[in-house]
Amino acid sequence: MSSTNGSPVTFLEAIRQAMFEEMERDPAVVVLGEDVGVYGGAFKTSEGLLERFGWERVIDTPISESAIIGAACGMSYLGLRPICEMQFIDFIVCAFNQITNFVAKGHYLWDAPAPMVIRGPSGGGVHGGPFHSANPEMYFVHTPGLKVIYPSTPYDAKGLLKAAVRDNNPVLFFEHKFLYRRIKEELPRQDYTVPIGKAIVRREGRHLTILSYAAMMHTSLEAADALAKEGIEAEVIDLRTLLPLDEETILQSVKKTNKCLVVHEDTRTGGIAGEIAAILCEKAFSDLDGPVLRVTSLDTPVPYAPTLEEAFLPNAQKVFTAARELSRY
Amino acid sequence: MAVDIVMPQMGESIFEGTITKWLKKPGDKVERDEPLFEISTDKVDAEIPSPSAGVLKEIKFGEGQTVPIQTVVGVIDTVGSSAGVAASAPATAPAKTEAPAKPASIASVPPPAPKPAVPAPVAAAAPVVQRPAASTGERIHSSPLVRRMAKEHGIDLATVAGTGAGGRISKQDIEAVIAGNGPSAVPAARPSAPLVMPPPSSPAGAPVPPGVSGGQARVALESAVPREKMYFGHYEVQPMSVMRQRIAEHMVASKRVSAHVYSVDEVDMTRVAALRAKSKEEFEKRYETKLTFMPFFVKAAVAGLRAYPTLNASLDGTNVVLHKEINIGIAVALDWGLIVPVVKGADEKNLLGIQRNLNDLADRARSKKLKPEEVQEGTFSITNPGVFGGLFGLPVISQPNVGILGLGAIEKRPVVVDDAIAIRSMCYVTLSYDHRVVDGAIAHQFLRKVKETLENWSEQVL
Repeated sequence: MSSTNGSPVTFLEAIRQAMFEEMERDPAVVVLGEDVGVYGGAFKTSEGLLERFGWERVIDTPISESAIIGAACGMSYLGLRPICEMQFIDFIVCAFNQITNFVAKGHYLWDAPAPMVIRGPSGGGVHGGPFHSANPEMYFVHTPGLKVIYPSTPYDAKGLLKAAVRDNNPVLFFEHKFLYRRIKEELPRQDYTVPIGKAIVRREGRHLTILSYAAMMHTSLEAADALAKEGIEAEVIDLRTLLPLDEETILQSVKKTNKCLVVHEDTRTGGIAGEIAAILCEKAFSDLDGPVLRVTSLDTPVPYAPTLEEAFLPNAQKVFTAARELSRY
Repeated sequence: MAVDIVMPQMGESIFEGTITKWLKKPGDKVERDEPLFEISTDKVDAEIPSPSAGVLKEIKFGEGQTVPIQTVVGVIDTVGSSAGVAASAPATAPAKTEAPAKPASIASVPPPAPKPAVPAPVAAAAPVVQRPAASTGERIHSSPLVRRMAKEHGIDLATVAGTGAGGRISKQDIEAVIAGNGPSAVPAARPSAPLVMPPPSSPAGAPVPPGVSGGQARVALESAVPREKMYFGHYEVQPMSVMRQRIAEHMVASKRVSAHVYSVDEVDMTRVAALRAKSKEEFEKRYETKLTFMPFFVKAAVAGLRAYPTLNASLDGTNVVLHKEINIGIAVALDWGLIVPVVKGADEKNLLGIQRNLNDLADRARSKKLKPEEVQEGTFSITNPGVFGGLFGLPVISQPNVGILGLGAIEKRPVVVDDAIAIRSMCYVTLSYDHRVVDGAIAHQFLRKVKETLENWSEQVL
């Protein structure tokens, strides 16, 4: 059940496989969250785990994110390697104090590292409304002591989740729910990890660099195809890890193309595009032949009405327009 | 009285030159013949002397700009008023400046504004080029990258026309200037239609219109694979110098135009080598110039060309132009490129005359002091790749010649002489010839003549 039979698996299944294989490999790995055990998870990401590993390692918790994180933090101090599920990542903020004051700081304050993973379905575009569509990554990118990952492919999801489990630091692992069943990929049979902190060039180009992650990475590739028809070759980079950011890959690309567009589903103000623009100003100013532009969601809560949500979110057309404008600057 | 400073013609088929450096700035006094500005063309980089004494009143074209020959690039005021310069020059960047263009120094635009007087050859589609807002004393809009590139190449941004958004100077614009095409010739009237991004290191403008072709049809430097394939791993990008680009264009054009065929022969240089060894010291003492092997080869080539004049010709359409003078171009390797100064009337000079001429030309080639006429009007060429090693070379014909003699290294080898093995100083010589004009029979007979002349050397050295 843990290795592929050669047929493509969904993004969701890749995550399930990662948890299953890590729990098999290392008895210290435990899973806890709401409905993860008997129900197999709200999205079925933990289906089969309880049957295989038993109730001591697959824990159904009360509806209290703060308790989940707090308990996991304590577990990790004592040598376990918990994977906490936030049923919808929107609820992670209920545990904000636990994460920022204890999980992130323990190592610094008391030499008490917390080798735990906090994962959950994130993002919108599924008519989830304002409580079920969040992209809360920047609260945690802003917190020293954490790592933040946001993959866009099944291969990366499995490899990065495994890397996260094996990392001795607390890692936040955001899974974009829009991608759960919409993308599939064939995965290697053997064990593999993907390095945390390394971006990847998904498409090479010379006229501008598009930086993106998660669902917007696919949107950016779609826009890049349309741009290519007009002779504009965009280089599309999937950030994959937001903290620590792979500055080297970003700088190398911008030095080559001299123009940068950042695309993220997170809202505009305080999104990582601002951080990247500042880094480019600091480290690549004399390589810029145009401003750093960004395509993001609007600064509002995520709407529920489909037409409003569509206006709120980035899409390939918006990315195309911005990229074309930048290439002509 | 105002005296025009013009762009000179540096070669017989050269129709434009690029100003690489102004050695004086407006307001400076100049003497007659004092070096005034430096240019770069297909054939030479050279210092151009001032046509008269006076005060440099105005510079019309700045560093990095390319203009047709005979274009007035500046004006000297011979009456020499010290009040002179009303900062009317766009390129007030003095030769030593390193700072990027300071907008404040640009008070006004030269008379032919707003057209930046981009020379016709470069801008086939007479570009509606937007001058930067330098004329009203505003900032010049560019970008950090453009400013860095301008600084690195010593280009005054006030002289660069911008075709980017709002008339700013974009990366493509400054790359066009660096590539020596003057301000970007991309039409500023941008349609909302598809945008074609020119690759950075090829001329960003339209191809040269027929009127200026002659031998100089600018063949864009193409690459045979998509450009992205060259960029991987670690790399450093080095823009080509103007001379290097011109060499590249000439080589590609020569191979395209001439039907290159190569014949190789072997020459026994023992006699010549012995003669040279014997006479070297005395020669240098008496004539104060070094004795090399080259004048021997030049005289042998002359003998060959006298006997087979078809190799001393050019092809104009379907007319073969047989040159009466024998002017031999000798390729000289430079640290920064390659140049072919010409020994004029080689058939009328003796060994000493040729040697002196060669040494003088080579010295001045290396110190960038060649005059325009010294790289023009060659009728045949000789190149010596053997001096760097290797058996022989297969040189590219220097247009518009139809032949070039390549000399290999002179090395001792065992050869058969009178049915016995002897050790002789041997040299492979290659003739690259244009088969449109010259056939194999002529080529081989020419080589035979060269060989005979060298192997039976009779002229006195001292």
